[in-house]
Amino acid sequence: MSDTTTAEYTFKDFQSDQDVRWCPGCGDYAILRAIQKAMPEVGHKKEDIVFVSGIGCSSRFPYYMDTYGFHSIHGRAPALATGVKLANPSLSVWQITGDGDALAIGGNHFIHAIRRNIDINILLFNNRIYGLTKGQFSPTTDLGFKTKSSPQGTIDNPFNPGELVIGSSGHFFARITDKEPKAMTEVFIEAEKHRGASIIEIMQNCVIFNDNVFGDYTDKEVKSDHQLHVVHGQPMIFGKEGNKGLRLNGFKLEVVTIGENGVTEEDILVHDAHDEDSTLQMMLARLKMPIVTGVIRAVAADTFNVRMKRQVEEVERTSKFKNVNDLLVSGETWEIT
Amino acid sequence: MGKTLEKHAVQELDRVVIKFAGDSGDGMQLTGTQFTGTSALLGNDIATYPDYPAEIRAPQGTVAGVSGFQVHIGKTHIYTPGDNADVLVAMNAAALKANMESITRGKTIIIDSDNFKRRDWEKAGYSEDPLTSDELKHYHVIEAPITSLTRTAVEGIGLDNKSITRSKNMFALGMVYCMFSRPMDYTERFLKEKFAKKEFILEGNMKALKAGYNYADTIEALSSAFTILPADMEPGTYKNIMGNQATAWGFLAAAEKAGKELFLGSYPITPASDILHEIAGHKHFGAKVFQAEDEIAGITAAIGAAFAGDLAITTTSGPGLALKGEALGLAVMTELPIVVVDVQRGGPSTGLPTKTEQADLMQALYGRNGESPVIVIATTSPANCFDMAFEAAKLAMEHVTPVILLSDGYVANGSQPWRIKTVDSLESISPHEPKPNMVNWQPYERDSESLARYWIKPGIPGYEHRVGGLEKEDITGNVSYDPHNHEKMVKLREEKVQRVAHFIPDLEVEGEQEGDLLVVGWGGTYGSLLTATKQSDAEHRSIGLAHFSYIKPLPRNTADVFKRFKKIVVCELNNGQFVKYLRGEHPEFRYEQINKIQGQPFTVSELTKKFVELIEEES
Repeated sequence: MSDTTTAEYTFKDFQSDQDVRWCPGCGDYAILRAIQKAMPEVGHKKEDIVFVSGIGCSSRFPYYMDTYGFHSIHGRAPALATGVKLANPSLSVWQITGDGDALAIGGNHFIHAIRRNIDINILLFNNRIYGLTKGQFSPTTDLGFKTKSSPQGTIDNPFNPGELVIGSSGHFFARITDKEPKAMTEVFIEAEKHRGASIIEIMQNCVIFNDNVFGDYTDKEVKSDHQLHVVHGQPMIFGKEGNKGLRLNGFKLEVVTIGENGVTEEDILVHDAHDEDSTLQMMLARLKMPIVTGVIRAVAADTFNVRMKRQVEEVERTSKFKNVNDLLVSGETWEIT
Repeated sequence: MGKTLEKHAVQELDRVVIKFAGDSGDGMQLTGTQFTGTSALLGNDIATYPDYPAEIRAPQGTVAGVSGFQVHIGKTHIYTPGDNADVLVAMNAAALKANMESITRGKTIIIDSDNFKRRDWEKAGYSEDPLTSDELKHYHVIEAPITSLTRTAVEGIGLDNKSITRSKNMFALGMVYCMFSRPMDYTERFLKEKFAKKEFILEGNMKALKAGYNYADTIEALSSAFTILPADMEPGTYKNIMGNQATAWGFLAAAEKAGKELFLGSYPITPASDILHEIAGHKHFGAKVFQAEDEIAGITAAIGAAFAGDLAITTTSGPGLALKGEALGLAVMTELPIVVVDVQRGGPSTGLPTKTEQADLMQALYGRNGESPVIVIATTSPANCFDMAFEAAKLAMEHVTPVILLSDGYVANGSQPWRIKTVDSLESISPHEPKPNMVNWQPYERDSESLARYWIKPGIPGYEHRVGGLEKEDITGNVSYDPHNHEKMVKLREEKVQRVAHFIPDLEVEGEQEGDLLVVGWGGTYGSLLTATKQSDAEHRSIGLAHFSYIKPLPRNTADVFKRFKKIVVCELNNGQFVKYLRGEHPEFRYEQINKIQGQPFTVSELTKKFVELIEEES
């Protein structure tokens, strides 16, 4: 099925004939474009790509991709994507989901798809609000935030998706903002290369119900000082001047400035996304200022689908039953003449 | 055995019902299945029914913890496990107390007298010793100190106390083997295999079995030994099969026949889990078993697998079907082939997990949001599970639509001889798939006869398309909110299911083809209804049975059958669901009903009594 040679596609080959119907200015447009740009790079034929989604604004996504697609029901997309991948492991399976779809109604399926390490890519559009139902708080909405369903402010503690992914034995977690088209495309390609459940949290802006929720991280004036984009093997340096960095102080991360208080570049932590021990990656995922983007964790591990295939092949090789007939006549039988 | 035959006159019986009952740790299910296997090999027809508590180990010695296994063997055709036992084996006082209602007066009760001490009968809820009270005076009671005799028989081989006590079920089995002139070799082979690596336990069980046999022989347990000659059955190769096992095999056969890989997405639930276990044990046919995180993931993964081209199924019981409802609607909207097996149990809610009922029919037909038609079919006996699982898979793939297969606890856990079929002898399956390189192809274009849309799997160039839960535009499958399109699609989906009626067999009547009373049933009550119908038939009464395997759609000749009888009685293990459905589909008839909602199957005697009353009462 899947060909190793990249077909001669451009991003336009992945645009379906359907009108895109998100609100004008919605962050989803940029994400759609970034995905369509990533597709020619990942080396799959169109017919071997499946986009699966649940319910929510983001979940309309499959209709806009000219690949195979399945817009399913609220929260269940990880299970559906699992079925697709197990039925045909040579397919490249992408799941599009939101903070409500993945972390509220679909929380169970989300953590179990991660735990099993099903080889799918999950794009989690996190806008910290319910858009399609018109403005209620979500499991990632900040404590105390006022919404239609929390007029006095929420009293819920929010989830940090990165913590949840790593806590569910996740092997790949990346975070990116919808304001960085090039970085998005790169991260998507990284995710597809990784074998196993790859989760990408996209900080996505809802212009209607939660506009500028990530402004403190994405606005041009503050972006460089408030975002740290990590790259495996590179020191964790950020800032307008390129002189801020992270180092460990005891068991805590701290932001330091190179050249101040005797801090040199050697003191800055070098990012290791491949470290099986997730302690430091978890700290990066939890960090609020600066917020960490890029591939935070990417650890190679066996996938469920490969194990399943291996087990079936092993049983087929060793079993005394070669076909169903062998089974049907097995055990104690008797003849009536 | 030869010795017994010489010593006593051996009487032939047409049929006998034996019930083994003890604590849920006493191994009664194993004892019962061993007696069943031995009798099957002797050529008897058989039906079995295990009756066990929902608790894995309820408090020892209490009525709540009693586990029973009833087996009915005959030289005549046997369709039910029997109303009442001819022989009850009661391993303790609680087992006796729990089964007094199910043993006919004058029949034989074998008692392990070691477990009838004061504390035993008090624990069972007796206020006086049942062995000395009037409780048992109408029965032939064999008091045997089974536990201590087992201990004596196996002492000296180095078994620990617990293992010694656990061998007592083999002693009891040996006794019953002797009483009914059964050979022990089947069980001996079984024990040798099971305890191949546990030498002492094997020796203990073998000794206990033989000791029980010899003991029954010595005490002349029954005034004469009995035997049940082989039944007159259709020629062929047979094996004893359980309902859930047959269901699993039916799907494995269907996958091979259709050239598809089988995908099972399932969450464990009583009494359906054995299907999951069985398929998990047969991955050598490429079967993919996904034990999901919950019922919803089980079906949703199956839908994903169906989309990607596998024969996809999910197995559950009533509470699980409730959870699967939304996803089943998605399969209806996306028109994908999946099979949902519901092994029904007593409800609502957790209800009676280990007891049988037919109360999920309305849920299967209507338990979803919106107009959401699916094919609904049902299994009628343990062996029939094979055929109906195969049929469910065939209908799903050929009509590209979800199918619900209703089984029940009684059928699923029961067993009977199955005339082995080969995969070659089964009907062919032709999934409705697109031909290669079709031009102007559309995702929701339909076969003119069946109205099925194409089942298209990813991986085929040129057929990229999107499906989903939003309403589909006719032919293109694009999202559509058009009011007239919605109405059209709702009617098309219904019509598609109704047209299945052209592809299923006609309803057949067993017994009289016209006359006084038509007994109507569906699913797992077949054996009881058939036996009762046959027994009620007499010179001045004409009675027939129309038993439904196909519920939605109904067979096309349903009304033709109904109008040939003066009265119709619909018999179900629920409060009247199929009858309600029939009143909607065929309101021109008047329906009487017999309903039982006790978590237990119909007994033949209660049915026969009511059939005769119905015929004889003034209409």
